[in-house]
Amino acid sequence: MLLSLEPRGQQSRAMLWLSPLLAALLTLASGSLLFALLGHDPLDTLHTLLVAPLADWYGVSELLVKALPILLCALGLAVAYQARIWNIGAEGQLLLGALAGSAMALQLLDWDSRWALLWVVAAGTAAGAAWAGLSAWLRTVFNANEILTSIMLNYIALNLLLFFVHGPLKDPAGFNFPESAMFGDASRLPLLGDDGRLHAGLYLALLTLAAVWVLLHRSFLGFQIKVLGLDRRAAGFVGFREKRLVWFALLLSGALAGLAGVGEVAGPIGQLVPQVSPGYGYAAITVAFLGRLNPLGILAASLLMALLYLGGEHAQMAMNLPQAITQLFQGLMLFFLLACDVLILYRPRLQLNWGRRSALKQVVA
Amino acid sequence: MDLDLLSNILYAMVRTGTPLLLVALGELLCEKSGVLNLGQEGMMLFGAVIGFIVALSSGSLWLGVLLAIVAGMLLALLFAAVALGFNANQVATGLALTIFGVGLSTFVGAAWVGKPLAGFEPIAIPLLSEIPLLGRMLFAQDALVYLSFALFAGVAWLLLKSRIGLIIQAVGENPDAASAMGLPVLRVRTLAVLFGGAMAGLAGGYLSLAYTPMWAENMSAGRGWIALALVVFASWRVLRVLLGAYLFGLASILHLVAQGIGLSIPANLLAMLPYLATIVVLVLLSRDALKTRLFAPLSLGQPWQPGH
Amino acid sequence: MSSSTPAARLQLSAISKRYPGCLANDRIDLSIAAGEIRALLGENGAGKSTLMKIIYGVTQPDSGELRWQGRAVTMRDPAMARGLGIGMVFQHFSLFETLTVAQNIALALGARAGSPKRLEAQIREVAQRYGMALEPGRLVHSLSIGERQRVEIVRCLMQDIRLLILDEPTSVLTPQEADELFVTLRRLAAEGCSILFISHKLGEVRALCHSATVLRGGRVSGHCLPAACSDLELARLMVGDAESLHGSYPKASGGAEFLQVDRLSWANADPFGTALRGIELSVRSGEIVGIAGVAGNGQDELLALLSGEQPLPRKEAASIRFAGRPVAHLRPDARRKLGLAFVPAERLGHGAVPDLSLSDNALLSAFGQGLVSHGLIQRGKVRAFAEEIIRRFAVKAPDAETPARSLSGGNLQKFILGREILQQPRLLVAAHPTWGVDVGAAAAIHRALIALRDAGAAILVISEDLDELLQISDRVAALCGGRLSPLVASAQTSPAAVGRWMAGQFAATPMNTPAVAAAQS
Repeated sequence: MLLSLEPRGQQSRAMLWLSPLLAALLTLASGSLLFALLGHDPLDTLHTLLVAPLADWYGVSELLVKALPILLCALGLAVAYQARIWNIGAEGQLLLGALAGSAMALQLLDWDSRWALLWVVAAGTAAGAAWAGLSAWLRTVFNANEILTSIMLNYIALNLLLFFVHGPLKDPAGFNFPESAMFGDASRLPLLGDDGRLHAGLYLALLTLAAVWVLLHRSFLGFQIKVLGLDRRAAGFVGFREKRLVWFALLLSGALAGLAGVGEVAGPIGQLVPQVSPGYGYAAITVAFLGRLNPLGILAASLLMALLYLGGEHAQMAMNLPQAITQLFQGLMLFFLLACDVLILYRPRLQLNWGRRSALKQVVA
Repeated sequence: MDLDLLSNILYAMVRTGTPLLLVALGELLCEKSGVLNLGQEGMMLFGAVIGFIVALSSGSLWLGVLLAIVAGMLLALLFAAVALGFNANQVATGLALTIFGVGLSTFVGAAWVGKPLAGFEPIAIPLLSEIPLLGRMLFAQDALVYLSFALFAGVAWLLLKSRIGLIIQAVGENPDAASAMGLPVLRVRTLAVLFGGAMAGLAGGYLSLAYTPMWAENMSAGRGWIALALVVFASWRVLRVLLGAYLFGLASILHLVAQGIGLSIPANLLAMLPYLATIVVLVLLSRDALKTRLFAPLSLGQPWQPGH
Repeated sequence: MSSSTPAARLQLSAISKRYPGCLANDRIDLSIAAGEIRALLGENGAGKSTLMKIIYGVTQPDSGELRWQGRAVTMRDPAMARGLGIGMVFQHFSLFETLTVAQNIALALGARAGSPKRLEAQIREVAQRYGMALEPGRLVHSLSIGERQRVEIVRCLMQDIRLLILDEPTSVLTPQEADELFVTLRRLAAEGCSILFISHKLGEVRALCHSATVLRGGRVSGHCLPAACSDLELARLMVGDAESLHGSYPKASGGAEFLQVDRLSWANADPFGTALRGIELSVRSGEIVGIAGVAGNGQDELLALLSGEQPLPRKEAASIRFAGRPVAHLRPDARRKLGLAFVPAERLGHGAVPDLSLSDNALLSAFGQGLVSHGLIQRGKVRAFAEEIIRRFAVKAPDAETPARSLSGGNLQKFILGREILQQPRLLVAAHPTWGVDVGAAAAIHRALIALRDAGAAILVISEDLDELLQISDRVAALCGGRLSPLVASAQTSPAAVGRWMAGQFAATPMNTPAVAAAQS
């Protein structure tokens, strides 16, 4: 083997944060290569993808609009992943949040009080939490693997959403389009500024960010979650309640994903449609890892991911590139991150096998 | 319900169960060696899209199948490099593989959505296919289904009867001991992962070349994940993987049955059935934590590097 | 035993091996003749394991020469070593529990030896010839530890064996089982097989080995003939400073009973585990009770029940009592509030979280000591507490932010014990407190336990090291097959008597003299 890895003995703090940057760079590099292969000028394409969308305030506000649901989902996932609870179900929890929030909003179409919004947001958040709660219940009571249950619940949630949007929640006056009626103004998240679609969900997200930071870095509950994730037996020997922690982590991450979902329908969309989420819940998995399960890192990573989404739309319009480029980059970035993470614990060393062998022979001779 | 309908249902059950069987057999071998690869869905989709494009461009279905297998193995190699070579978390790497595979297949296949292809046709074996009830199910399938029967027999023999099976089991139970004994742990695991990739690629090819000869994004619709549940359901035993795959096949064609007996349930609700069934089965099978522990390969999912 | 013997079976010259941060083997010379039983003595960390891994081809030396029957060889891997006729019995067995005995052996012997089925007759024959009962068709997880060791040995004997290496083989055996093993080994040596016997127990080395090589700090500190060498001389070769070796402590008798275990039974649902049957035990405040036993006889289960990791149903609550109060149904945190402190067997991964700092690891079990207020961690107080542990128990660590993983075994054990002791427990349960710890740290740990006892705490120590138990505890008992022997004052018993308890012969009177025990074996 040409490249060998030598254990560092302990984590390299620098690599812990350099690795995501390195991963982003490698993704850009392989992306450029791909563009070149497809016959596009790499620099030009990268400009269209990553710089052009942010040319004006509207672009920036769109970036924030897209970053909000990703950020919320990823913050929740970070808490669960700290406990090594692999909730893959943010997408389904988000969809359920959107569905329940919409159902509530459609009940309250004529209610003109600000309380309406509160009810809508509460319904969505609770539904997201409940959906994740199913995984918690299945795991704590029946020992069923949460990865598989949460992913199955994603597919079920999607079908449930489709059923409702094609059936019970379809707008009777909507010419049979699969979408609900527009929500009443009182159920909508108020816009921030006159220009663009940025809404009050921003405050909720920032509040959540601060709360999750305190939870993970200052509170004893967060400490217990971390210990559970690092070392189940150590958590057991001092009496941390594994089941309660599993419930808490899943309910919290579900609630945040549900909030993200209801934020989409009550915010920029304004009604229930089949395409509530272009895979935000899956993107949040990448974001959580890329941000090192750290709230501030996640903030940066979710902005980057939102930029990819925005750029993907841009590139489709400007250069007719498939929008799947966003997902492609997501996967690449996560791969590169995992590969670069090897540098946290190991020092790479180039070594030539024949060189070592001849050295050994010299010693023997 | 008449005999004809029953025979049709059995036939469809095997057809629908085949992609699950293929993926699950690959994942079973992989997990037996101690590696948990959650990237099945991604490898399957990539196999499906490559197989479809190659078959349509070259006009050869078998070349499509071959390249679908190669495509699955390529992604598996990526997984092996990161999870085994670089010792990364297997859960995260598998997720990355799925996300990447979904994106890659959608990207590559964007221009091929909805194009028609004449896929594999059923080959009825004379006489045998006329056996009542079971004839159609076993002897009037397409070539890839027959291939899946052979692959099942091969994997069963490998795991239960051969020395290679012993080695795989040893590596999956205790890599340290296996390594001390001189078994090439990482090589065994890498090969197992590659085999898993080949099977997932083949399963993808089956979807886009035989089951529904066309390409649509996300056409595997979670089958890669269901196959993972299937391996748990089978308690890591190969015969049960076969049974499980066909049972799940049956669950996914229940809408046919429903139509057969004249029920009308909205399509979106029926579409949930296989996923619900997966959860129910997981619950039934995992309830006894101890049993799961007994059957699961002991080192499953744990990173391992040759120590000093 | 001079290294100039022409036909030495194995001869090592100037073998060196460096790992990041330590020189594990430093220019080691060693030669073994045909039919010789050679002891390799040394403390933990002396370099024994590294040396035998080099001989067996598991790792390669950085420099030095290895000669096999006069010919220089580079031992590439274990397969090559086996091909030359070298067999090895590891301390942690390299067996696969989900395979049968025959499958395990077939796997190790390679494809040419034939299928498991075909090997069965041969396995029976070899096992019989050397006086070991073994059933080839059984799954390994159903075998006892002693039986598993036999599988390892038979596996080596199935090949044309010239050199058998055993790594601390008696650490998992009762004294009686160890004697049976010695019979097998002597017979092997008489047939011309060389044996390299790794140990740190002086008594058995004297009983079995023709010659001994002693390692200390990665170097050969001396060769000797065990028969002509006193314990003190050997010990001095092993540790350099023999003064701290045989500290003896005054015995105490304690006051009121604090821990009472009353007819504690537990049906283990885990087929790999042990069920406990009718355990009766009491520990008084101000005394140390030691529980001996070979691993796997119910120690883990008893520890889990005592710590609360395995709580019992409420109706069995009274089977464990703290000062008369039923606690068997309580969880670990509730028991801690009632004065329990606990030191698990495994330091990393149970007693301490490897990736967390010492500071966080202090918080792990001491959160009830005012380190958390309104749900928030009081960082300053946590660090001060961790620093106090480090200072009071002379833990060698740069600071409280060092990850637990980077501490040596002895230092981490001092930290964990210190963490528990500083919480001023009324009952301390400690498992294998000095396992894998160097002599200096072991003595410090013993002194800390005695000091805690003298301060009035009840202490229960579970250990496989019988000498240690007799040294520090005031009363002892032994676990075997999930049953506990009676408790007796350790001043009034002998290693041989406790050894018989460890083998399950509870009826034997505990006050047998060593002479009687020797006559029986």
